[in-house]
Amino acid sequence: MAEVGSKTTRLLLLGLLLAPALVWLVGVILLPHLDLALLSFRERIGPGEFSWSLAQYRTFFAEPLYWDVFVRTAVISVIATGLTLLIAFPIAWTIAKLTRGRVSALLFAVCLIPFWVSETVRTLGWMILLRETGVLPAVLVSLGITDTPVEMLYRDATILVGLVYTSLLFMVVPLYSSLESLDDSLIEAAYDLGGSGWTVLRTVVIPHAAPGITAGCIVVFMLTLGNYLTASLLGGKNSLWFTEQIYTQFITRFNWEQGAAFGFLLLALSSLMVWLGLRLSGQKFADVMSRT
Amino acid sequence: MTAVDLEAKSLLKRFGSHVAVDSLSFAVTRGSFFSILGPSGCGKTTLLRMIAGFIGPDSGDIEIGGRSMQGVPPNRRPVNMVFQQLALFPMMSVGENVAYGLARRGVGRAEREAKVAAMLERVGLPGAAGKRTDELSGGQRQRVAIARSLVLEPTLLLLDEPLGALDLKLRERMKIELKQLQAAFGTTFVYITHDQSEALVLSDQVAVMNAGRFEQVGSPQALYYSPATPFVAGFVGANNRIEGRVSALHGALADVTTPEGWVVRAQIQAAPDGRRPSVGDAATAFVRPEVAVLGRTAADLDRPTIAPGDEAAPVHEGVVESLLFDGANSAVLLREARSRAEFRVALPQTGRYADLKVDERVLFTFAPERAVCFATGGGGTGGGHG
Repeated sequence: MAEVGSKTTRLLLLGLLLAPALVWLVGVILLPHLDLALLSFRERIGPGEFSWSLAQYRTFFAEPLYWDVFVRTAVISVIATGLTLLIAFPIAWTIAKLTRGRVSALLFAVCLIPFWVSETVRTLGWMILLRETGVLPAVLVSLGITDTPVEMLYRDATILVGLVYTSLLFMVVPLYSSLESLDDSLIEAAYDLGGSGWTVLRTVVIPHAAPGITAGCIVVFMLTLGNYLTASLLGGKNSLWFTEQIYTQFITRFNWEQGAAFGFLLLALSSLMVWLGLRLSGQKFADVMSRT
Repeated sequence: MTAVDLEAKSLLKRFGSHVAVDSLSFAVTRGSFFSILGPSGCGKTTLLRMIAGFIGPDSGDIEIGGRSMQGVPPNRRPVNMVFQQLALFPMMSVGENVAYGLARRGVGRAEREAKVAAMLERVGLPGAAGKRTDELSGGQRQRVAIARSLVLEPTLLLLDEPLGALDLKLRERMKIELKQLQAAFGTTFVYITHDQSEALVLSDQVAVMNAGRFEQVGSPQALYYSPATPFVAGFVGANNRIEGRVSALHGALADVTTPEGWVVRAQIQAAPDGRRPSVGDAATAFVRPEVAVLGRTAADLDRPTIAPGDEAAPVHEGVVESLLFDGANSAVLLREARSRAEFRVALPQTGRYADLKVDERVLFTFAPERAVCFATGGGGTGGGHG
């Protein structure tokens, strides 16, 4: 039997412990991405004939539609992230600071309940509410606010509502944990020293919660940017969402090379935005990741 | 008449059915160091938070600097607070911490920096403005917390057990430092603590608080030497507590006899309502350990005499239970021969009797005028630490 403390044994043990994570990392993430990367740098020049080229990336910049959809997706995602932050902050504040014990657990559960239902069903629920023959347009007509039922689906605002709804929990959780760790006496001290509600929020609460805010924003932004279902169901076929363009390339056009290139462009975009976000908020990546 | 910086008028605060602060009225004179001493749960924190404005009283009023604080939020009161855990802002430097209140008042940057530098100088931390708060020692953090409040020149500085989190050595040093700071600034300090030694060392006036009321307000000496209630006698300083009934009265002195028949003679303290014990009443006597003297035989017992007839003080007999060595505070724990009650006697500083052995029989005596007794019948205030 090998000695417990020996170096080889420990290395072996470490290897075994890490094995599931490594298999997952290499097999499920690294290899498919490598394959996609190779795919994106290839061009079909004849039946079954391929050559290396940057043609897929050139198409993206040459065709204004792709570029516009790309920018549009980024902008709407940023807006959705901002809205989610604005809505989630009071919720997280209420759970972390204003309630205790059972009430606080109940509020958490209320945030969690929508996630017991699949995303498809949740989104279809919104469709039932918002479509022309749906609940909300009918209510508006019966209240006399509109004369005829209004189609509320397939608008940018509808996409935003759906995205914020889907993302809310992922913002509330990191915000809650960072607000929870804020000592109440710091808030009282700031107030005692003459701070008003707004200055206390700006000078004490937000600086303390910054890693949590950044963490929540990164997660929500990535989820939103990569969201397919909400955008295509609530936004319709013409929602012009970038993941739909990728889907079209892969599935409708069967142009895997173009789809792979788009996929990498989206990855580059989200990495760039996360980097920018960290730079602007002055946060460290490791610090933020420990909050998610 | 001396100016009053803080005046409470029948202040009352309930939490559900529990009365945390029970129609309290008191005044604190300008420039004094006023402590509120009490066990945890006595309502002292509630009282302090009402003065700071974090909670409102159910009834009654607080006047600070002669102005009613009714409806005035904490950020508009001429009061600042030093929190129990200090509550320095970890996201700010020392200088930014001290400048925080000034910035909220709209003081310009240049003036702010000058004031911060001057204040840090005064609390003995010159040049510390650029440091992070976690680079400071416990004592230095304490001074930053005080500087942060005093730079606003408040009428009143509230301190919520700020020494509680420090270790013993540092606590002893900070006690002296706090007293010196208060003397140097002349600001009125209201200090709450459960540590009687802090209250006695620091204060001009101490209020002993129990169950939402002040049991006694007075100088540390008055609390120590003439406690007004059994609670104060038990809570402030070490005290031997002997319960029994009054068996005889000798002018200002009374004999308290325990059920086992041990007789202790002590000075009568009238109850706050003026009631004095009469023969047969339940009573409690308190004898401080340093008041009693020891002797191995009647001959080497230095018996004090009792004032009117120059009669010698009664002698008691005990068996050594344990020796409690604590430097200058060393004591011996006896069991009184007749009642088997514990009785603590301070050992003399001369080192005499340091060779006492457990189970040794000794004699002890004390001057009855320096012991106190209270009538405790009829639901008198009990409790406290023996």
